[in-house]
Amino acid sequence: MGKLEIKADRYDFKEDIDYKMRFPNGLSEKTIKNLSDIKGEPNWMKEFRLNAYRFFSRRPMPSWIDGLDQLNLDDISYFALASEKKSTSWDEVPQKIKDTYDKLGIPEAEKKALGGVEAMFDSTVVYNNVREELKKEGIIFCDTDSAVKDYPELVKKYFGKVVSPNDNKFAALNSALWSGGSFIYVPKGVKVKLPLQAYFRINAANLGQFERTLIIADEGADVTYIEGCSATTYSKESLHAAVVEIIAMKGAHVKYITIQNWSSDVYNLVTKRAFAYENAYVEWIDANVGAKLTAKYPSVYMLEPGAKANILSIAFADKDQHQDAGAKAVHLAPATSSVIRSKSICLNGGRTTYRGLVKIPRGSRDSSTSVTCDALIFDDYSRTDTYPYMEISEESADVSHEASVGKIGDDQRLYMESRGIPENEGINMIVLGFVGEFVKELPLEFALEFNRLIKINMENAVG
Amino acid sequence: MENRIDIEKLSVRIKEKNLLREVSLHVKTGETHILMGPNGSGKTTLARAILGDKRYTVTEGRIEFNGADMLKLKPHERARMGIFVSFQEPVTLQGVNTLSFLKASYESINSTKVTMSEFKNIVGKNLQRIGLPESVNERYVNEGFSGGEKKKFELLQLLLLKPKIAILDEIDTGLDLDSMKVLSNAVNEMLPETGFLIITHNDRILKHIKPTLVHVMKEGSITRSGGLELVEEIEKGGYKIG
Repeated sequence: MGKLEIKADRYDFKEDIDYKMRFPNGLSEKTIKNLSDIKGEPNWMKEFRLNAYRFFSRRPMPSWIDGLDQLNLDDISYFALASEKKSTSWDEVPQKIKDTYDKLGIPEAEKKALGGVEAMFDSTVVYNNVREELKKEGIIFCDTDSAVKDYPELVKKYFGKVVSPNDNKFAALNSALWSGGSFIYVPKGVKVKLPLQAYFRINAANLGQFERTLIIADEGADVTYIEGCSATTYSKESLHAAVVEIIAMKGAHVKYITIQNWSSDVYNLVTKRAFAYENAYVEWIDANVGAKLTAKYPSVYMLEPGAKANILSIAFADKDQHQDAGAKAVHLAPATSSVIRSKSICLNGGRTTYRGLVKIPRGSRDSSTSVTCDALIFDDYSRTDTYPYMEISEESADVSHEASVGKIGDDQRLYMESRGIPENEGINMIVLGFVGEFVKELPLEFALEFNRLIKINMENAVG
Repeated sequence: MENRIDIEKLSVRIKEKNLLREVSLHVKTGETHILMGPNGSGKTTLARAILGDKRYTVTEGRIEFNGADMLKLKPHERARMGIFVSFQEPVTLQGVNTLSFLKASYESINSTKVTMSEFKNIVGKNLQRIGLPESVNERYVNEGFSGGEKKKFELLQLLLLKPKIAILDEIDTGLDLDSMKVLSNAVNEMLPETGFLIITHNDRILKHIKPTLVHVMKEGSITRSGGLELVEEIEKGGYKIG
């Protein structure tokens, strides 16, 4: 089987775009000022950025993530503008950019199964549309740049409040350089039946993409958001450092689904965090299939009684990939509960790391947490590690933790073959069975797409 | 139709160690061959060589199915021709649902597609016969199965797949008396369409099965072949014979 043949066809292609603007590689305070000026932002946002940049400059590179030392931030361009216009109709999107999304099947999915779509191409959002009936209910779904202009009150109130610009080095970098990303507001009691989707694409080489997403679900609201990502493969590194903030107010439900399929030269360093208020329920359903290095630990801070968290993390690491993923659940009120499930697969020398933190401080009575980590290793060259930190100081807490490492050895493959199942098909069954829990969480269209993605990756990996 | 497997002067080694030396054995439809011998004499090696386990290197000799060379074929291709080799220690397949596994196997070997509900029916009958609970369908392959259940699950596959030639590697070890009866009934019932090579350590299985030939293997060679009298000799004097 041709290596990368199928994948190349589907995700790894490049459009030759005449960029309207591309920043020279490298980063300084001037880069930030330029960016803010181009965007014509209010002063407070410019200050926010500059302040964040100072945090970024002062902080050292996190030393606990293996592989980060190879990232050279001077070799990255921090802004590339492919289209000056944001369209609400695919027909208005410049042809070459539209071709990209056609190949990825986005407009088709939008017609069938989505309530709204946003498409981000390199540094900016090029398409955004929401179904009329959703608009009528007061739902806002737009790019974050537009939100700063159109909904200043909401943005000012919540932006940077869940993830502070000084949270970590890459959250600071994003806060300084953010561009694009989604802004969602769902009014009180409104339940959005069809999921909203954003698709992030990196087309340019050596680019830093810094999408910034803010989701606010008002009391009793319900929304599902799906993000997909992919990039052209170059031999040079790109950087994706996103920040996602979610606010789930009393009784709200937010389900955030990620299917991350960056090319194997992207550093994917993302901060994702949610605040869950009384009886709110936040779910992070997070699959990492692509990227060279991922460091991402979706978090839920349960701030009021009855808040719940469900974090499911799937990681797939092939040759030269390191998926350092996990979850954080912080129980800051009584009667809060969290479920964390991690499933990882590594092969051909790939590496997966589960890093998790559960905190139940004294006073958060009658809270519960359940953590399960399952890893699947295909060979002796691959590696998996688990760091499940638990800080439990409340006596009434109900805590459970299970971990398992399974090995798919020659015997497993042979057993299936001996029953007439070809090797590739057998491995597929094992892998799809293993990630089945994740697939169950996806809307049907995405479940099929995800199964296909995994099959393609396995075919390329096993050959 | 008559099917046959011919093993001709087969020598096998793993790494630098010679495990089989010029073994010849012929099994055809309607025959039951019993292979006995002390631990480490090469019985499982023979089963693995027939299966096509690439860790075992065939250095000499041939294995033919109906006159065609089998040695170049992959294990799943051999299975599709109608060769079934049971595992002495069946492996666990975490995440793989039992019913899906059986269905994939059934469809591949019979080159057919069946609906899940049809297939559930087929499996259901056999489960009952073997004495495995219906809930097996919901579990992962061999996960949490007891030793006996694993062997029953191998037996289930034998019944489902109806192979042309079946090599049963100690499928009787760990089976209770009732299951032994099911096994021997199954063998007798399938005999008109199937040839059996049964590797075993104990003679219990011979109560209900009439062997065509009994073979004794020692140090990688078949040293004796004969009738039931061989089994009696072994009963009395162990494997000193031959």
